[in-house]
Amino acid sequence: MAGQLLWLLPLLLLACGGGEDGAPRDRSLSRQPVALVLDADGRPDPSVLAAEQVLHRGNGSEPQTLDPHLAEDVPSANILRDLFEGLTSEAPDGRIVPGVAERWNISRDGLTYTFYLRRDARWSNGDPLLAEDFVWSLRRSADPATASTLSNILLPIAQADAVLAGTEPPEALGVSALDERILQIRLAAPTPYLLSLLAHSSTYPVHRASVERFGDKYPRPGNLVSNGAFVLADWVVRSKVTLQRNREYWNDQATLLEQVIYYPFEDQSTALKQFRAGRLQWTHEVPNNQFQWLREHYAKELVISPWMGSYFLGFNLLREPFIASPQLREALVLAVDRTLLTEKVTQFGEQPSFTLVPPGIGEYVSPLPEYASWTQEERNVAAQALYAAAGYSEADPLRIEIRYNTSENHKKIALAVASMWKQVLGVETTLINEEWKVFLQNRQQKVLTQVFRANWIGDYNDPFSFLEMFRTGHGQNDYGYSNSLYDSLLGQIAAERIPARRRRLMQEAERVLLEEVPIIPIYTYVTKRLVDPHLRGWESNVMDHHYSKNMYLLRSQSVTDAQL
Amino acid sequence: MKSAEPAALDAFEAALTLGDVKGRSPWEDAWHRLLKNRAAVISALLMGMMILVVIFGPMLSPWDLDYTDWDHTNSPPSLANGHWFGTDAVGRDILVRTLQGGRISLLVGVVATLVSLLIGVTYGAIAGYYGGVTDRIMMRLVDIIYALPFMFFVILLMVVFGRHIVLIFVAIGAVNWLDMARIVRGQTLGLKRMEYVEAARACGVENRDIIRRHIVPNLLGVVMVYVTLTIPQVILVESFLSFLGLGVQEPMSSWGALVNDGAQDMESAPWTLVFPAAMLTITLYCFNYIGDGLRDALDPKDRL
Amino acid sequence: MRQQSLLRHAGQRLLGVLPTLLLLITVVFFLMRIAPGGPFDSEKALPPDIQANLEAKYHLDEPLLQQYFRYLGQILVLDFGPSFQYKDWTVNELIAQGFPVSLTIGGFAMLLGFLVGVTVGVLSALRQNTAADYATMGFAMLGVSIPNFVVAPVLILLFAVYAGWLPAGGWDGGWRSAVLPVITLALPVIAYIARLMRGSMIEMLHSNFIRTARAKGLPEWHVILRHALKPALLPVISYMGPATAALITGSVVIERIFAIPGLGSYFVQGALNRDYTLVMGVVIFYGFLIIMLNFIVDMLYSILNPKIRYEER
Repeated sequence: MAGQLLWLLPLLLLACGGGEDGAPRDRSLSRQPVALVLDADGRPDPSVLAAEQVLHRGNGSEPQTLDPHLAEDVPSANILRDLFEGLTSEAPDGRIVPGVAERWNISRDGLTYTFYLRRDARWSNGDPLLAEDFVWSLRRSADPATASTLSNILLPIAQADAVLAGTEPPEALGVSALDERILQIRLAAPTPYLLSLLAHSSTYPVHRASVERFGDKYPRPGNLVSNGAFVLADWVVRSKVTLQRNREYWNDQATLLEQVIYYPFEDQSTALKQFRAGRLQWTHEVPNNQFQWLREHYAKELVISPWMGSYFLGFNLLREPFIASPQLREALVLAVDRTLLTEKVTQFGEQPSFTLVPPGIGEYVSPLPEYASWTQEERNVAAQALYAAAGYSEADPLRIEIRYNTSENHKKIALAVASMWKQVLGVETTLINEEWKVFLQNRQQKVLTQVFRANWIGDYNDPFSFLEMFRTGHGQNDYGYSNSLYDSLLGQIAAERIPARRRRLMQEAERVLLEEVPIIPIYTYVTKRLVDPHLRGWESNVMDHHYSKNMYLLRSQSVTDAQL
Repeated sequence: MKSAEPAALDAFEAALTLGDVKGRSPWEDAWHRLLKNRAAVISALLMGMMILVVIFGPMLSPWDLDYTDWDHTNSPPSLANGHWFGTDAVGRDILVRTLQGGRISLLVGVVATLVSLLIGVTYGAIAGYYGGVTDRIMMRLVDIIYALPFMFFVILLMVVFGRHIVLIFVAIGAVNWLDMARIVRGQTLGLKRMEYVEAARACGVENRDIIRRHIVPNLLGVVMVYVTLTIPQVILVESFLSFLGLGVQEPMSSWGALVNDGAQDMESAPWTLVFPAAMLTITLYCFNYIGDGLRDALDPKDRL
Repeated sequence: MRQQSLLRHAGQRLLGVLPTLLLLITVVFFLMRIAPGGPFDSEKALPPDIQANLEAKYHLDEPLLQQYFRYLGQILVLDFGPSFQYKDWTVNELIAQGFPVSLTIGGFAMLLGFLVGVTVGVLSALRQNTAADYATMGFAMLGVSIPNFVVAPVLILLFAVYAGWLPAGGWDGGWRSAVLPVITLALPVIAYIARLMRGSMIEMLHSNFIRTARAKGLPEWHVILRHALKPALLPVISYMGPATAALITGSVVIERIFAIPGLGSYFVQGALNRDYTLVMGVVIFYGFLIIMLNFIVDMLYSILNPKIRYEER
């Protein structure tokens, strides 16, 4: 009896696999959008729009907060971009475009920015949005009492460091209202990327009267007064956040979506299944291992594009065996086959990387190390020579640990790297999987770590975001990297305002950094998600910022359409 | 079994509790009853095979546990490339990982159960034997601990002390001893009124020795049943921890961890799920059938 | 006499609730604080000033014992404090939002488990050792032999993705989004109850008083429903306490796979993120719930079972 039932199980599971007959019988595949027709202004013709303009977006996890000055996580940022608007904003392709400020002047020394606010800019309750609102909001964002975790975004502003440290009152911040609608921001150093910082949630305006009235309960439906294309209509924790079109938005006539609903699906398999059931039009990510399958079944929906982030492994330079042995580190870097890793392990078109700064940030081009042009065989031979020179051999192999935090992807990368080191050099690697907070602590204390998982997603569209964390004593410098030449180069970059010269300085800094091998570059990130072909009005961009205000839904082809 | 006369039953029960009676011993009786239980016998055979395969299988496999075969990543089961159960996303052989995972799962199941057994039997026997205030206090404590959401503690322990296989044994074992303590205490309460125990006490045998020599051995039956029924539960608990990402360290694996990985890719790579899941399910089934069979055999009142 | 002892027993049990809760609070409080890492550690290390500001805001800069007593004081007025992770909400609000969902799913799973489990168990007992008995019990055993994180995605694929009858996840409060989670959660309960019920029913059917009832010539269904069922239910009822704990554990898995905003995953999320207040709140809340449920089950058992004597317990 038992035996018979036991045999049923694998059969049942296989039957559920649905792999045999190829195409899964999914609901989302049966519908196709009509062809897009644009009107004279380049806007979609009303006849092709879906009757119901409601967008269902997967958002990765629950937003930690909808207070723009406290938000630090990606899900919060996604929603806040729809709810609020900064002085500047971003076009679908990621270009910086005017936001609440319709134009601005920059002084010759690059230290004073003057912003002219739109006359029709309003809060969602109808109040006018004035320069004074920005002054108050920026001060609030910098105020230590607010305890914002991303307030270092404001550091380029004059006096921001003193205000953040609490030695000066928030009023000392270099921000002032020259007029009802003219705002001046003074900087501590020329900051070419300031305009992109002004599209970041830390610099969004918040509605003073509401904040003062509701305090901690300000970011709630009913209390939250915002100035973006949408307003917060409903928020059920860990279930959904519903945004409604903001009729008071200065450009409301261009908004096509009536409603945007964000779902905090953490499990990407769940999000995928919801998408397949036709209940999501946009997923945050896709499950890791399923590239082949997705490409076969969802070729049209699968969207992959470069993202401004680097994945790498870090060395702890304060701990043996890495204290004084660039040879050994170099050997370990060379022995990693990035092409294999990206083709076989990550699979989604990630680009093998030999540098810290990912490609695609403005005109910046990273200096490639010499080995980038070698074949993997050449690298392996060089790696073996360096490994032997560092005093290791088959009889006396290097024994090290790779630490990573719990995640399917990190696990696979660590496994693969360990396997390559073993196959090329004979290194005995122990994998140590730690949960997130333990991992962070160990990484920051720099006592236990040897090789560890690291990565960086740019905060703003500038290579400096990547370079600055290797400054001596920087909060993210978990590598124990310290080089006075590098530090002085960073100082020069911060003071430089001529773009070409600044780029050259940054290249020099990155070259200095890579020569000392504090990291093992692995790949540059891509964003990967499923998007319903009915959804238009968005473009891939390196920041992965997508504003719902530009999006709209096409209607499906009816049977007669399809026959035509 | 159904036709057993009540009188015979009573005689059997007495024999079972008294231990060694001449002639056909109650253990032999139970053994015969067990052999008649087809499901239990088949399960036991299957389990024996499973244990052998899991212990010796990895030694025979041409693949290492952590060897990544870059030419065959995500390969379906194939005789041609030597990966009979296919490979995972980084090209590791599923067969050898499933067998190795079985070692860990069974080890966790057995060791954690033994830990809970040790605590539970000692605790329950002491409480039941001494009775009175001792018993009341000890059992109150069990009631109190019973009321705690214990899985939360296991999670907290894993979070606080990191993931280590010994910790998994201890954490799960420390959760499971409560049932054992209760059962053993109940049995002991009955046993200690038996004449031979009272006789021993009258002869001045020390309490510790009475518990060790007379009480504990007589608990064997109930303990065996409990052990076989607890092992599958423990294996499931381990798989739950793996689901939360708190299971064993790579490159080691367990059925729970493999099944969890496989469940993510159920459609795109069903073989990563089917094989470990089948092994896990077969094992859990077998233990449950063996446990039920033992219970029926040792306790002829036809209870479940 | 009997009523009196029942009341006294109830009183004793209720007195035990407070020390139990205190033990629970203490253990979890200090365990959480021993855990490496703090609630505000993140990928982007905070400047020391800001870290200090945050800690002051949440009183994490005080000595540990002072924090402990501050927390106990808060609990007395049922204030679980603000959540560290979900910054816009207090733990009280999160529990108030999450619990009704957990209760709905857990309650229906328990109900389903009870009804199906008892029915299957009784039917199996009546056809003891037939093929039908083996088949149903074997099938019921599936519930405790396949991890629910495998069952859930299979059900989602079949009923949500392929058939499109039900949502693949999420929670809108309607019955459709509850069906699959409830079934998944109920499967192990069905398995346990069915086995328990079968066993105790068989025992009952062989007992003397049922034989007597049969001998009196009462119809079989009458014998079963009126006489055998009630006493046979006793072990099932005493299983309800542990079953609740099992449901809570199971709900952690279900909530994650079905993206259901219940309480279970708050605990795991909170523990991993060092959201001290959230973890404490959920543990205390659930601890209290389980204690009370055990108490009710205990009382129910005493009332249903006239043979019980409290002195022995």
